[in-house]
Amino acid sequence: MSQTMLDDSAAFDADAEAARHLALQERRGRISMILRYAVLTAVGVLMLYPLIWLIGASFKNNAEIFASPGFIPKDPTLSGYVKGWETSTPYTFGRFFWNTFLIIAPKVIFTVISCAAVAYGFARFQFPGKRILFASLIATLLLPNVVTRIPQYLLFSEMGWLDSYLPLWVPSAFAGDAFFVFMLVQFLRSIPPDMEEAARVDGAKSWQVLIFIVAPMLTPALISVALFQFMWTMNDFLGPLIYLSSVEKFPVSLALKLSIDTSEAFDWNRILAMSVLALAPSLVVFFMAQKYFIEGISAGGVKG
Amino acid sequence: MSGESRFLGFWYVLPYVIGLLIFTGVPFVASFWLSFTDYRLMRGAEFVGLENYVDLFTADRTFMRSLNVTLAYVALTVPLKLAFALFIAVILNYKLRAIGFFRTAYYVPSILGGSIAVAVLWRYIFADTGLVNMALGVFGIEAINWFGDPATAMFTITLLRVWQFGSAMVIFLAALQSIDKSLYEAAAIDGASKWRVFLSITLPLLTPVIFFNLVMQMVQAFQEFNGPYVITNGGPLRATYLLPLYIYETAFKKFDMGYASAIAWALFAIIMVLTVVAFWSSKKWVYYAGDKRS
Repeated sequence: MSQTMLDDSAAFDADAEAARHLALQERRGRISMILRYAVLTAVGVLMLYPLIWLIGASFKNNAEIFASPGFIPKDPTLSGYVKGWETSTPYTFGRFFWNTFLIIAPKVIFTVISCAAVAYGFARFQFPGKRILFASLIATLLLPNVVTRIPQYLLFSEMGWLDSYLPLWVPSAFAGDAFFVFMLVQFLRSIPPDMEEAARVDGAKSWQVLIFIVAPMLTPALISVALFQFMWTMNDFLGPLIYLSSVEKFPVSLALKLSIDTSEAFDWNRILAMSVLALAPSLVVFFMAQKYFIEGISAGGVKG
Repeated sequence: MSGESRFLGFWYVLPYVIGLLIFTGVPFVASFWLSFTDYRLMRGAEFVGLENYVDLFTADRTFMRSLNVTLAYVALTVPLKLAFALFIAVILNYKLRAIGFFRTAYYVPSILGGSIAVAVLWRYIFADTGLVNMALGVFGIEAINWFGDPATAMFTITLLRVWQFGSAMVIFLAALQSIDKSLYEAAAIDGASKWRVFLSITLPLLTPVIFFNLVMQMVQAFQEFNGPYVITNGGPLRATYLLPLYIYETAFKKFDMGYASAIAWALFAIIMVLTVVAFWSSKKWVYYAGDKRS
């Protein structure tokens, strides 16, 4: 009897101890949780503030931009946008947006088609030389562009393609971004080929399988590819800088650089307004489709 | 699949093979050859043997300066960016509300960071009366001449890259979330401290993605162009005159293609050596859990 009482009280003590321990843990957990949110919020504000300031400052007048670190304009004005849209060239900013679109649209389409076909070949077929070719794909991922850029320039110059969009378009028609092929191959490998085999048994040709079965399954990954190519081309500066020389063909990135060279010393809100405009398409696309970005980057690991 | 040529798959990868030859393979070999020539546009190539390389390493002070600042830039940027990405990913990897919100907020700079517009913004942020100096002024701290001093100028272009830690962070976060929870439960039963758990479980299991991020970020950092070109224009005193800038000016301003190719190959050799060292050393520190990886 006393033995059981002893046991009981020991068990009671242990329970109380455990409860106290749990409460302590819970409190510690809550403190660490608050700490986490504090750090995350502070870092987030610090990171995004420059962008918020940029948007606010683009509506300030020139006198106010360098007057206070706040982002809310005291005397909001659209003059930066009006002047920025006019640009210091004979063309409006709309022209440069159109040029950017002319570069991006074919590039994205070529990339999606060529990369899908090549990834299909790598993921679903055996053929002589496949291992070496796949290894070359990984090698080009790591190969710095800087080493091939000069001969590429000479090649395009030889073909008379300078000051046209061809040097920017054509490589993408040949699955020029190895990274996308790699990402699609990884994606395809995670899908069992059952449906494709069934279709083949029913007599479908391999290209029919690609178009009617593989492409629909690949759609989410292809959207990621298109979005990343859109962003990268939007941000690409060195390519247009090397290949384009007439202002009438400039994309937004070059037009922006041109305008800081000519009017930065005095027309600050105009430069800031043009910067906001230049970032706007990327921001809009990102917020509309961020799921694809995060998934794409987690799946393959993207540069950036 | 009977009756089909065993080359069928090859037809699908053919575009890649052609592109590989024309836009990568041939240029790769050609640039190596060009680096042994004196090639100026309109005049053609003249073979000069090792002259370009001898010049680079014995007579060209700009090159040595540029090489030094490039190495400093990479050594500064890559570890900072990865450490920051990992730190934030670990904090995010708990059952937090609004994890999606924070992930998005941190990822935005990676999406926009490569844009010229952001480089332009950086000039305003670090200008003499720019955002940072105005903010410092609020706390009574004296304004800093960011672009006037070699060390602070380097800091501004490094910060632009570190600011874009989001993509590396998303990769870390995906890896963290795929770690088997039972490992943590077992460690908790054994009474291991959080720091101990991080060092003995989390970090080893993350080494494959750390390695991946390390190599990718390094290769990219060596090729940084937009930041120094637009923000600091290589200055002051060439303190941010990274090798890609030097290559660009030699090749596309002076059209001295042979010499520029030699600089490019010197840069390429450095990247190659460091990549090989990374791969070689990875056998010692990268941990692959069984055959789960594929």
